[in-house]
Amino acid sequence: MGITERLIEDAGLRRGVSLLTPEKIEKTIVAVLQGETGARLKTYAETCMRCGMCAEACHFALSHPGDPSYTPAGKVHQTMSVLLDKKGRVDPDFIYGMAQLAYTECNLCRRCVHLCPIGIDTAYIMSTVRRICHKLGCTPQYMQDTAHSHASTFNQMWVKDDEWTDSLMWQEDEAREEFPGLRIPLDKEGADIYYSVIAPEPKFRTQLIYQAAAIMHMAGVDWTMPAQTGWDNSDMCMFSGDFEVMGRLKRQHFESAQKLKVKRIVMGECGHAFRSVYDVGNRWLGWRWHPVPVIHAVEFYWELIQEGKIKLAKKFPGPVTIQDPCNIVRGRGLQQKLREVTRFLVEGDIIEMHPNMEHNFCCAAGGGVINCGPPFKNVRVEGNAVKAEQLKATGVKTIITPCHNCHGGLHDIIHHHKLGMDLKFLSDIIYECMEKPEA
Amino acid sequence: MHPPSLWNWEPGQRVILAALKSPEDCAWVEEPHASPDGERLASLAALAEGGFSALVNGEMWENTFEKAWYPRFSPDGRFTAIVQQDGMWTLAVDGAAWEESFDYLWGTEFSAEGDVIAACIQSGGEYGLCLNGAPWETLFENANQPVLSADGQSSAAVVQLESLKPADLDDFHKGVFGVAVNGEAWDANFMNVWTPTFDPQGKNVAAQVRTSLYDYSIAVNGKKWAGNYGCVWEPRFNPASGTVVAPVRVKGAWGLAQDDQIIWEPRFAQCWHQVISQDGKSIAAIVAPQFGQFTVAVNGKPWSVSLPVVTDLSIARQGEVVAALGCADNRDWRVMVDGRLWDGVWDMAWAPVISPSGGHVAVKVERAGRQTVVVNGRVYPREFTKVWEPIFSPDGTKLLIRALDKDAFLRIVAEVGRA
Ligand code: SF4
Ligand code: SF4
Repeated sequence: MGITERLIEDAGLRRGVSLLTPEKIEKTIVAVLQGETGARLKTYAETCMRCGMCAEACHFALSHPGDPSYTPAGKVHQTMSVLLDKKGRVDPDFIYGMAQLAYTECNLCRRCVHLCPIGIDTAYIMSTVRRICHKLGCTPQYMQDTAHSHASTFNQMWVKDDEWTDSLMWQEDEAREEFPGLRIPLDKEGADIYYSVIAPEPKFRTQLIYQAAAIMHMAGVDWTMPAQTGWDNSDMCMFSGDFEVMGRLKRQHFESAQKLKVKRIVMGECGHAFRSVYDVGNRWLGWRWHPVPVIHAVEFYWELIQEGKIKLAKKFPGPVTIQDPCNIVRGRGLQQKLREVTRFLVEGDIIEMHPNMEHNFCCAAGGGVINCGPPFKNVRVEGNAVKAEQLKATGVKTIITPCHNCHGGLHDIIHHHKLGMDLKFLSDIIYECMEKPEA
Repeated sequence: MHPPSLWNWEPGQRVILAALKSPEDCAWVEEPHASPDGERLASLAALAEGGFSALVNGEMWENTFEKAWYPRFSPDGRFTAIVQQDGMWTLAVDGAAWEESFDYLWGTEFSAEGDVIAACIQSGGEYGLCLNGAPWETLFENANQPVLSADGQSSAAVVQLESLKPADLDDFHKGVFGVAVNGEAWDANFMNVWTPTFDPQGKNVAAQVRTSLYDYSIAVNGKKWAGNYGCVWEPRFNPASGTVVAPVRVKGAWGLAQDDQIIWEPRFAQCWHQVISQDGKSIAAIVAPQFGQFTVAVNGKPWSVSLPVVTDLSIARQGEVVAALGCADNRDWRVMVDGRLWDGVWDMAWAPVISPSGGHVAVKVERAGRQTVVVNGRVYPREFTKVWEPIFSPDGTKLLIRALDKDAFLRIVAEVGRA
């Protein structure tokens, strides 16, 4: 059992592999391993005891019981271990399978690092495999197209400059009907909050911009959104392995905030973007920390609630469950704040999934997997049968999750397993329940 | 009124507007903007009956528009806003809309003197720039990263030269992006192009390019440097020699190249925002000698003082002063001049302003919600609700401070020696 028995046709991977030669493969792999990785990778490769503890960690492995090729150690065994053993002397067909595995069968969710007795970080190893695949030009078509969009427009959905502000003005107009005097202030210098989102929001989830504006308005927040590029905080290049464009995107994001002399950046309800901004992209640019404080929406709503700035007209009828986004719980420890915000908003219980919080299972869309597009949809839906079981066991109707990827991933799982559950962003619920001006 | 030599430089304070009032027919008045000469204060205003206009020194523009946004004063003191009329977009300058209008218009830019105003336009789904209302003859599938030459006679943008089918990797790899100068595309396509920039005469354009997913370089007037680099940042022309200087990444470290030759060895964890004196002899850039430690290097030599973040680098015309800002996590801002930190730690600081002559430096700063300016390291002995960035007189002996004191708009001319 292994990746070679489950290859899926993808135009991007096929195109990349067709252009490879054994020499190019070896040269590229050696260059990345020698030039970009250090002792950490070598230690991981040399110290894995093949104890199998990590099998329990990975939703892919748990959803394919008895198939060790889905375990974290199994993934490394099929990819990085081979590259190291053979010193990069592998053939193009091997690269196809390696790329498919690294891009579509690992969410870089970092759950396994917590269960490994010696702390092997399989996500880091898989990221390095992806970096090699990127350098070899072997990335899934849809993810690569997203990376091209990032490089060409500074957002992930080919949104043109006029479409961005036009969407904001449209939402501002709509919201003014309900909230007289509401503004989405563009390029307001010195604002307390710079609000950034991901490109699907202006493209087809515009209600999220409407809701954010409504919340900011009612809470009396001094905020702004940038009129120019930098507004999209998302980053598929971090996941495709194109670190140069990742750095370019983060530079644009932070410098657009710095130029406006804002105090803090608040990011909408997205997990991966948060990781890119506060951990990976900023560091590639040489900053140890972020140059402008970055607050995830969960933390921001939590603050507004503490300050009494969100006033509810009613509570949302529970019970509900919570899907913890990996990048904000394991990445930033926001699990308790997420629950405190939820308790404030919801009448009734939070029925927890188990495991949960920092031990949660990924939605299987994260790490760029959902961005690999339709060819790999079943990989992530079937690779997360455990999530379907977890969701079903809660017996509730509503799932709250403050992450775009979790929404995408769980939406497909709910549909596939006919769970009949609803997904909510926190802002959906705040908007629905908050006090609004008299009509 | 323009140029600054004609402004009133008589030392003292004048109250330009005693109080910011919101007239009764306004639903709300937006953020105030001060004219460069400090003689006018303007805000966009939403009218109670619907539509938008602007208040300039308390007087409403005669014209009203369906929408108005992006308020900006031109360097020659005209108040502009992007406005919508009958569903079409244009620019209103001192209340009068351009004759031409477009499906969309954004990103107002000004020539150094302010006589030319450029903006991005979209017309029938095609993109380009317009100058003083006149659009480029040729428009493109997309145009972004616009730039106007200092004299306003030339404009350029990154343009998309061919359509891409959805998720079309092959055509993207062939390269569909280029630069159009005054609407005319370079005779060269690249995978990506970023940050086109003019030389001071507005005759030549340099830009960052990527010819494959991994090969970065600089192209000048469409011709790529022979060398490829792991990454590059924005190029700048040396005003004296016309050479092109750009940060380049080699084996994971950053340095500076000039016309494709390394002039600062790549040994930095970061190197960007280079500035060059008019005589071309001094080049300064923001650099990180080590991961997490930023400073400024002048002619390749880093200052000994470093901070976690450095921004807003500027250099005097003759290179005699180099100034920047530093902070930690957007707090505890310090002013850095010629390798030394000024006393004073601020909640926020704005780009240092260097006098056209005399080597003076003034910086707008904020602490505990109050703003003031610091001049040559000394804090101006008065705080305000808000100040705008200070402006030196051409001879460098006076400083114009434009300030809101509660809701009065003040125009203060201070003597630099005594500021
Ligand atoms: S999906 Fe998560 S748990 Fe599974 S191998 Fe990847 S990082 Fe580890
Ligand atoms: S738990 Fe750690 S040591 Fe054990 S097999 Fe997995 S990666 Fe190797």
